[in-house]
Amino acid sequence: MKRKKTNQVIVYTMLIIATIVSIFPFIWMIVSATNKSVDVTKGRLLPGTHFVENIQNLLTSTELIPALINSAKISITTTILSLVIASLAGYGFEIYQSKSKDIVFNVLLLSMMIPFAALMVPLFKMFGSISQTFPLIGIDTLVAVILPTVTTAFLIFFFRQSTKMFPKDILEAGRIDGLTELGVFFRIYIPTMKTTYAAAAIITFMASWNNYLWPLVILQSPENQTIPLLVSNLGSSYSPDYGVIMTAIVIATLPVAAIFFLLQKHFVAGMMGSVK
Amino acid sequence: MLITEKERELSRSPRKKQINHKLKSTVIGWSFISLAAIMICVFYFYPMIQALLLSFQSGTGANLEFVGIENYTRLFKDPTFLTALKNTVIYLIVQVPLMILLALILSVLLNNKNLKFKGFFRTAIFLPCVTSLVAYSVIFKYLFSQDGIINLMLMKIALISEPIQWLTDPFWAKITIIIAITWRWTGYNMIFYLSALQNVDESIYEAAKIDGASSLQQFFKITIPNLKPIILFTSITSTIGTLQLFDEVVNITQGGPGNATITISQYIYNLSFKYTPDFGYAATVSYIIVIMIIIFSIIQFKVAGDKK
Repeated sequence: MKRKKTNQVIVYTMLIIATIVSIFPFIWMIVSATNKSVDVTKGRLLPGTHFVENIQNLLTSTELIPALINSAKISITTTILSLVIASLAGYGFEIYQSKSKDIVFNVLLLSMMIPFAALMVPLFKMFGSISQTFPLIGIDTLVAVILPTVTTAFLIFFFRQSTKMFPKDILEAGRIDGLTELGVFFRIYIPTMKTTYAAAAIITFMASWNNYLWPLVILQSPENQTIPLLVSNLGSSYSPDYGVIMTAIVIATLPVAAIFFLLQKHFVAGMMGSVK
Repeated sequence: MLITEKERELSRSPRKKQINHKLKSTVIGWSFISLAAIMICVFYFYPMIQALLLSFQSGTGANLEFVGIENYTRLFKDPTFLTALKNTVIYLIVQVPLMILLALILSVLLNNKNLKFKGFFRTAIFLPCVTSLVAYSVIFKYLFSQDGIINLMLMKIALISEPIQWLTDPFWAKITIIIAITWRWTGYNMIFYLSALQNVDESIYEAAKIDGASSLQQFFKITIPNLKPIILFTSITSTIGTLQLFDEVVNITQGGPGNATITISQYIYNLSFKYTPDFGYAATVSYIIVIMIIIFSIIQFKVAGDKK
């Protein structure tokens, strides 16, 4: 019995340490966002009263609002397009299964192994070469940020896996009722697969909102910068104002954190979808 | 027997209809896939071919000329590339096993039936995954700066007498990067193990306990073998992720001090967009990551194949 109790103590101690380590940077971030830079460097760990002041400084010294709008535009467009493209394909591969399509599917899956670092140079050259003729989708446009990231083999794979459990009789019933193939997809498949779409949407939105490398490469003018670029720039300044920077990070993290807490179950379901 | 033209027509038409239907279904099936397939070809496969062609060229900016395998021989004489390669491999072989072990231990602790506040612990440990890579990197940069809170606290509890150069010492800078990545991803991997553990039969543990197996023996003899497939999955994804490490290094140490923490991805970025651009050589370096991913994946698949 005694041994069991010491075991319990060890378990709780380890979990509490892990919890503190996990949460501490968040607490420090939030507390620092309410303090003056001087107090942050002194190691103050108590909430202060300078949050509003920090926000005002942030608004005057950086292009916070345009960056938020850019990030929102990019993330929302990417999420919608990704879901449409990937679900159409996942549905197509599973419902109209054939040997030749399976070969195509496996070839597409290979793209998951391609590191983005290997793609960025040729992609940059690609967008550079069309910049002259099509300035609206060339370098330094939001479209150029979106296009290469909307289609991922992972998401196609994810939708195909989820479609495997889809009751196919319903589709047949829809066809007999006179729906076209696309009608079946939009009227029957999408409404039944809501949770799959929710999971896919969270994963895609978070990835897009947080994306750093490709926007860093393709975006140049300050008015086009996204939130991660803004945070990164603030972080590399020579005379950092810690209070202001932490406020910026709090604002950058909030939308994603809110979505995460609202849809936590779907997020975990999405993660698991990659293993099934 | 005489078959009239009309009868022939009649016997043919259903078949014709069937063929038509089949053809239609094939066309529809392919059109569902076409958009995704075209996008992946344009934005993944075509650039990969371009990169391969580029890797045999050299020059600055748009003035490229064919140089054969010169770029590839240059790799072995390039000290920055060799440092970047060494660093990436160090991150890989230190950080990935450390993180997986930590995640396994935490998931076993959380899988305890009688544990109180389970949901709280799980959410708390998973929380770091919510942050963007850039945001948490900047936070860690300040936490670990010379006069940062970590040094202040360590000195307060008298664990160290003078501040550790977390960001400016070549050794400690690597440690900081490893701590940061481990903080961000341990909870993520833990969730996979937790859900896999729920499928492990409780009675195996009961039987082991009766046979007098210690917790450690249970961990190595029951938990790990049962989770082998999922451990493989997470190690493949972590390996691919670590080979592409960029955001953290750029935002925490900028690859410094010197090139002590630079990664291959960062070097490719520097070659293309920071120094005088040499797209050809950058493409050559990027193919090294591709080759490494292929090699590591083959190794992992071989190990997974053994299990079968």
